[in-house]
Amino acid sequence: MMRLSTDEMARRVAQDIPDGAYVNLGIGMPTSVANYVSDDKQVIYHSENGILGVGPAPAPDKIDPDLINAGKQYVTLLKGGSYFDNAESFAMMRGGHLDIAVLGAFQVSATGDLANWATNNDKFPPAVGGAMDLAVGAKQLFVLMRHTTKTDEAKILEQCEYPLTGAGVVKRIYTDLAVIDVTGEGLRVRELYGDNTLAEVQALTAAPLLPPL
Amino acid sequence: MINKICESLRAAVADIEDGSVVMIGGFGNSGIPMQLIEALRLHGARELTIISNNAGTAEDGIASLLRDRLVRKMVCSFPRSSGSIWFERLYEEGEIELELVPQGTLGERIRAAGAGLGGVYTPTGYGTRLADGKETKVINGKGYVLETAMPADVALIKADRADAWGNLVYNTAGRNFNPIMATAARITIAEVKTIVRVGDLDPECVVTPGIFVDRVVAQEVQKHDAA
Repeated sequence: MMRLSTDEMARRVAQDIPDGAYVNLGIGMPTSVANYVSDDKQVIYHSENGILGVGPAPAPDKIDPDLINAGKQYVTLLKGGSYFDNAESFAMMRGGHLDIAVLGAFQVSATGDLANWATNNDKFPPAVGGAMDLAVGAKQLFVLMRHTTKTDEAKILEQCEYPLTGAGVVKRIYTDLAVIDVTGEGLRVRELYGDNTLAEVQALTAAPLLPPL
Repeated sequence: MINKICESLRAAVADIEDGSVVMIGGFGNSGIPMQLIEALRLHGARELTIISNNAGTAEDGIASLLRDRLVRKMVCSFPRSSGSIWFERLYEEGEIELELVPQGTLGERIRAAGAGLGGVYTPTGYGTRLADGKETKVINGKGYVLETAMPADVALIKADRADAWGNLVYNTAGRNFNPIMATAARITIAEVKTIVRVGDLDPECVVTPGIFVDRVVAQEVQKHDAA
């Protein structure tokens, strides 16, 4: 089967980000999507800590210790960018002002439930950050994740086993095997990479998949 | 004459009592009042409830309050950043209570307290474990969770510049939780890099109007922190 690398997965999401979009990229793999958005598109990145117009990492001698992204990495501000407080930043999220959010996930259900903030390990302190706000608020929520766990267990399930971040919030799933839309009829495969077949991908998915239209 | 300038960090925190609810601004180490936190640690008030987005990393800031066992409860959205060793240790030992709040809900509960509201209905967390036991309501077909206002006794915040009236401006993304926390505490104390003359801040650009600020204290130059 053809499995995309993490860079190729990020590149695939980047193709679907339109010119002029306001976008929030989650911590981890989603952050790297920005590296692959082509230069002919103008995309404005939002960071939950209060930035619109996030730019690339600064040169070492240009670091501003206050200017970080949600992953606590140093960033820069593009021309035309702005700063604001937490309440305004989350008003942008909940209020439906962001066009696209890209988040990682532990599990996604057949109806678009998202689980990405806690496992069922009680010894480990939970952390949620801005994930629940992004999940309910962005106009379109894309999930970027590997199709299965490291031990080949399905991450796309009839119902999530881990605690939910949001119910019925995911619009599209980008994995290393395929692109899958969450629709009213169920999970519909939008694209299979390489020679991957529906049957092969279905075998690694614990919810029914509909064939591409 | 209004003069909110405090002569020292120590004097600024001297009346914080045991058992106080203390908001601390900042997101990670951005816009965090490190010197006020150190003054609070040296002051030694115990049994504190700390409301802040994170729980500190390494031995710095909020982590130093945890290490000295001054904190009874943390209210935050993301306590487990990489390097949050003291929070993780106390949590595993059962020595600290955690109230986990989604980040936007944390902000709205603070904002509601500062704005005189009893709470807000937010869609965030609806249908999840973090809404367990909370009142919910369907408004125009969409589910919401009632989240109540969260005031504090004291807010420790960080700004870039202030005047003696307590007007504040911030540095880049360092504003984060600071402006809303300023509104929500009985006593708001601002650590600032520079104090300017009243009238020198452009009124069009003041982010926190002085009415929300009780005390302003300039950062003291430290050996490791000459900035």
